[in-house]
Amino acid sequence: MTDSLLEDLRDLAGPAPATLAERVVDGWVQVPGPLGDVYAVVGARGVRLLRTAAYAGELGTFLEDYRTRHGRPVRPAARPPRGLLPALRGTGPGPALDLDALTPFAREVLAVTARIPSGQTRPYGWVAREAGHPKAVRAVGSVLARNPVPLLVPCHRVVRGDGDLGQYLSGRADKVALLEREGVELDRLADLAASGTRLIGSDTTGVVCLPTCHHARRITTAHRHGFASLDRARAAGYRPCRDCRP
Amino acid sequence: MADDEQLRTALVEDLDAGFEAVVRTHGDVVHAVARRTADRPADAEDLAAEALLRAYRALRGYDARRIGRLDLRPWLLTILLNTARNDRRDAARRPRTDGAADPPDRPSPVPGPDERAAATDLRERLAVLVAELPVAQRTAVVLRHVVDLPVAEVAAVLACSEGTARSHAARGLAALRARLTPEETS
Repeated sequence: MTDSLLEDLRDLAGPAPATLAERVVDGWVQVPGPLGDVYAVVGARGVRLLRTAAYAGELGTFLEDYRTRHGRPVRPAARPPRGLLPALRGTGPGPALDLDALTPFAREVLAVTARIPSGQTRPYGWVAREAGHPKAVRAVGSVLARNPVPLLVPCHRVVRGDGDLGQYLSGRADKVALLEREGVELDRLADLAASGTRLIGSDTTGVVCLPTCHHARRITTAHRHGFASLDRARAAGYRPCRDCRP
Repeated sequence: MADDEQLRTALVEDLDAGFEAVVRTHGDVVHAVARRTADRPADAEDLAAEALLRAYRALRGYDARRIGRLDLRPWLLTILLNTARNDRRDAARRPRTDGAADPPDRPSPVPGPDERAAATDLRERLAVLVAELPVAQRTAVVLRHVVDLPVAEVAAVLACSEGTARSHAARGLAALRARLTPEETS
C-alpha cells in the first residue's frame, strides 16, 4: 500500500534554481586592459573586484587574498562578463558591478565618479558635493583609494582641488598614463594649476567651467578668461556650467 | 553527481574546485530544506547561498584530516538550520526597514489568511500545513520525508537520538494527517 501523504511530501522538494551555484562560487578572468592585463572577480550580480596584474602581482596571490578577505570561493570563469572587454578598451558603458559589500556612502561616491566623462577630471571636493556630503572630501579620497573596480569606475579622473593630479591606488604613474590615453592635456592643466587658475570662462556665453569640461575646451583664446574661484567668476558676471557644475 | 568520498578528496586537493562540486551535488537538498524552513519562500535562495558560504569559510580553517571525516550532507544542513535560526533571531531583534518583512512577532513561519485562501491545490495546502508545524516537528518532517534523509542523518542534523528524531517526524506526520481533510487523505 502506498502512502499518498509521504508521496506528496516528497513532491515538496524541488531542484535548486540554476543560479544557486553562481551565487555562491565567483569566477575570475584575466583580460587585457589599458595598463596591461587585469584580473577581475565576477559574482552573479556583477564584477566584484578588478586589479591590474602589474599592481596585484601573481594571480595565485591575488586569488588567495580575495578568498581570505571576502570569504568566498573563486574559480576560473568560462568567459568575461558582458561589457568588460569594451569597457577596458574605452568603447562601452561597462559590465554590471556588484558593490553590495560597500557602505552606502562609498557606493554613492563611486556612482558619482562613474559619471565623469572620459577625458575630463573633477576635484575630490566636487565628488563629495555631488555625493551629497560636501565636507567629506578626505573620505572621498579614502573611498577612491580602495575602489574595488578601478578602470570600470574611473577614479583616475578625480584630482586635487589645487589642480595637482593627486594619488592613485596603483601609483601616480598609472593615473598619468590613463589620463594621457584619454587625451587630457596634463601640461596645460599643470600650467593652469601653477598660475592659480581653477576655472575657465567664455566672455561670449558668460559661462564658467572646470578646465577639462568639453565646453571649456571649445573656447577660443581671445574669449577665454581664467578665474581662481567660482566666487570671483560670479562677481565678474559669469554663471557656472550646467554640465560640469564647478 | 559525485559521492561524498570523491567530494572530500576534491576538497582536500583544491578547496574551491571541490566546493563547487559540493554545491552542485548538495545544492538541491540544501535549497529544498531552506525552501521549507525560510520564513518567506523568496528568501530560500538567499538562505541557501548564505549557508553554503558559511560552510566554505569553515572549510578554509579545516585541515585534510578534519575534511576527511566530514559527513557532508548533514554537516551542510546543520549549518543551514543554524543560519536560518540566526536570521530569524536577527529579524526579531531589528525589523527590516525595506518593507519586505512580516512583522517579526511570529517565531514560526505561519502563513497569513490570504496564503491559506490561495492554497487551493494540495501541494500548496500541504506546504502551508508543514510550515505551521512546531519547529522540531517541521524540521524532522522536512529532513525525513521531504528530502528523504535516513533517520541517522536526521538525528545528526537535529543533534538528538534516532528515537527522538523518529518521534518528532512521526508526531509531525500525525499532525499533518489530522489537519488534511478526509477526501484529500483517502
